[in-house]
Amino acid sequence: MSGGVDSAVAAARAVDAGHEVVGVHLALSRMPGTLRTGSRGCCTIEDSLDARRAASMLGIPFYVWDFSERFKADVVDDFITEYAAGRTPNPCMRCNERIKFAAVLEKALALGFDAVATGHYAHIVEGARGRELHRASDEAKDQSYVLGVLTAEQLAHAMFPLGTTPSKAVVRAEAAERGLTVAQKPDSHDICFIPDGDTRGWLSERIAPTPGAIVDREGAVVGQHEGSESYTVGQRRGLGLSIPAPDGRARFVLEVRTRSNEVVVGPKEALAVSELAGSRFTWAGADPVASELADAGADGEMSWFDCQVQVRAHADPVDARARVAHGDESQLELVIEPLEPLLGVAPGQTAVVYAGTRVLGQCTIDRTRSAVPVSA
Amino acid sequence: MIYLDHAAGAPLEPVAREAWLAAHESVGNPSSIHGAGQQARAVLDDARARIAAAFGVDSIEVTLTGGGTEAVNLAIKGMLWHRRATDPARRRIVVPRAEHHATLDTVHWLADHENAEISWVDVDEIGRLRLDGRGGLREALGDGHDVALVSMLAANNEVGTLQPVADVAALAAAVGVPVHVDAIAAFGHVPLSAWAGASTLPDGIAAVSISAHKIGGPVGVGALVLRRGFDAVPLVHGGTQQRARSGTMDVAGAAAFAAAVELADQRLRDPDVVAAQHALRDRLAAGIRQRVPQAVLRGAAGQRWMIAPSPGHAEQRSALDAMALPGTVHLTVPGAEGDSLLLLLDHAGFAVSTGSACQAGVPEPSHVLLAMGMSDEEARGALRISLGASTTIDEVDALLAVLPDAVERAQSAGLSARAPRLGR
Repeated sequence: MSGGVDSAVAAARAVDAGHEVVGVHLALSRMPGTLRTGSRGCCTIEDSLDARRAASMLGIPFYVWDFSERFKADVVDDFITEYAAGRTPNPCMRCNERIKFAAVLEKALALGFDAVATGHYAHIVEGARGRELHRASDEAKDQSYVLGVLTAEQLAHAMFPLGTTPSKAVVRAEAAERGLTVAQKPDSHDICFIPDGDTRGWLSERIAPTPGAIVDREGAVVGQHEGSESYTVGQRRGLGLSIPAPDGRARFVLEVRTRSNEVVVGPKEALAVSELAGSRFTWAGADPVASELADAGADGEMSWFDCQVQVRAHADPVDARARVAHGDESQLELVIEPLEPLLGVAPGQTAVVYAGTRVLGQCTIDRTRSAVPVSA
Repeated sequence: MIYLDHAAGAPLEPVAREAWLAAHESVGNPSSIHGAGQQARAVLDDARARIAAAFGVDSIEVTLTGGGTEAVNLAIKGMLWHRRATDPARRRIVVPRAEHHATLDTVHWLADHENAEISWVDVDEIGRLRLDGRGGLREALGDGHDVALVSMLAANNEVGTLQPVADVAALAAAVGVPVHVDAIAAFGHVPLSAWAGASTLPDGIAAVSISAHKIGGPVGVGALVLRRGFDAVPLVHGGTQQRARSGTMDVAGAAAFAAAVELADQRLRDPDVVAAQHALRDRLAAGIRQRVPQAVLRGAAGQRWMIAPSPGHAEQRSALDAMALPGTVHLTVPGAEGDSLLLLLDHAGFAVSTGSACQAGVPEPSHVLLAMGMSDEEARGALRISLGASTTIDEVDALLAVLPDAVERAQSAGLSARAPRLGR
């Protein structure tokens, strides 16, 4: 229970469904602010008080669990490390993967609980071959993407009471009807541990920026950067290029090369990616072979199967085909080929593959292949 | 629900409730000049006198406050400001490391904002402040010329160990330094002689803080015993209704407090009651040793139970017994987390504590336990059980019955926290 309306209503529904519910607020920051900061970030002391009040109105016990150390190591430090390596991390996925449905869940199971329920907009379905994770009914609010990293074991102990709600407005109305004080509380956006939303500023306090060159795809220097870690693939603004492109059009960040401390820019069409792959992949339940969507190959490989791929929490999914195959260094990779090129996909991001509304699985993107090769 | 967290707050005693209600039968501000005010004043003065009698001091030496924390703040800040005003050199405060947050937060604030300097005094492995040697009180005190005051607990509120107040008072008096005693956990639970060394306050003790709700009085009522010859700059201004404190005096609160004080005193004078209380604590401690042998009992009372019960240790055991609050049993469980133990015991219907302060509702590894030499890991698995006048043998036995299972689960939860499996 974050103190937000979603988790409060989720708890209320779990109580109504007859479960024995305990509300837990996660203390993830070592130095929480006191007052709510509007819609950015979470969680201040006031947020924890909102959660406590919601729990008391629902008549359920309430506790605060301190996972700040784990959170720092598994989410915050990982965020910094990824950026320092030129990748674009998704901390919400790491948090779901390692904290909410891992450390918190394991503690809960050890203490005799059966599941962790959250206010995420996603839907668990008991399929023929086990539990499946599906998109929520409200597409606008669907959060199945950030839950795509969950495994069958984690899904076995997860509950998402809001999954089939038609819209957020319905949730707020329900909260108001139940007399929950958080009914009109604004949703929080952005990264919970960067409450002012200034990711770049936050990173620059933690990664000593080293100035370097901005180069085009042919290697010509077209500008200077103050530190490569604050650049993301697909970025257009804030490049400060001193030399305009020959065709006068805007240029976009194509690649961040930490080894040479260069940021590579180019035209928009060069952002198009025709293949993405990652060696860290998981299946959200039965894998495509067990789900009879693909055939098993030798040594863990898998034939191509049709799917949709989504590379950002609120991006539209794109039709694709995917398979599991060995990469250049013999590691098994989930390889995804979008049927139309995807624009601006950064290593470190997560690619979640869907079969209709069902989340099949995900991989952290290690590499991409441009749809537009550099002319020699 | 079985309530075993009396150290956090004792249930309101019927005599205190009756006194509070009786005082509310009539209206009158005790500072008003008319008859109604005088009548209220009479109740208040009577209550104040009865509280003063518990220390053998005069009424004028008792200032009623809005609780124990306010009394501690008034004593430390007020005496620092007063002493420094008479001599600017006196900006040093001598404080043991295991004090309650009311003291620690206050002295940290004074260091950060009022140019005070803190001289820390170490505590030993049972939580008793060290008098001698490196890090001891003698060393911290020095020649006293630059010391504003010493502030110390009479008994540690987490592990229950009594402190050598009389010794400190004597040492401090010898160099002209006043001592403030935070007796919030001790007053009413042990006789004055157990920590002050006498049945009335010795010279050298300048101020004593006490709290009503720790002994069955209402929350929001406390007092600072401030001796003649010592002064404190007030925290709260506005009418000086009392020495060093302003605000309408709480007649009902004082009446309830006085009733609770007298009841506590009565119980302490009854050898059967005292013996029964010790026997109950011993039953709990022995039961823990037997059923949860991996638990380490802490504080003076705890150490007494960790020592093998062979005849050769009898003197040591009895000495340790005398150095602890009678109602407190504190233990640490290796590999477990205190908040897990709390949750499980809460779920089983038992109210207990980890003993340490909460920051945003999350129990932190206790600074007291760390000061006693424990590691972060050891301090994490802390549990404080505190018995009260109303606690029965059945309640203690009921806790002992569920404790082993709770400990096992909490250790399993602690293990998963250290070596997580999911999501790797």
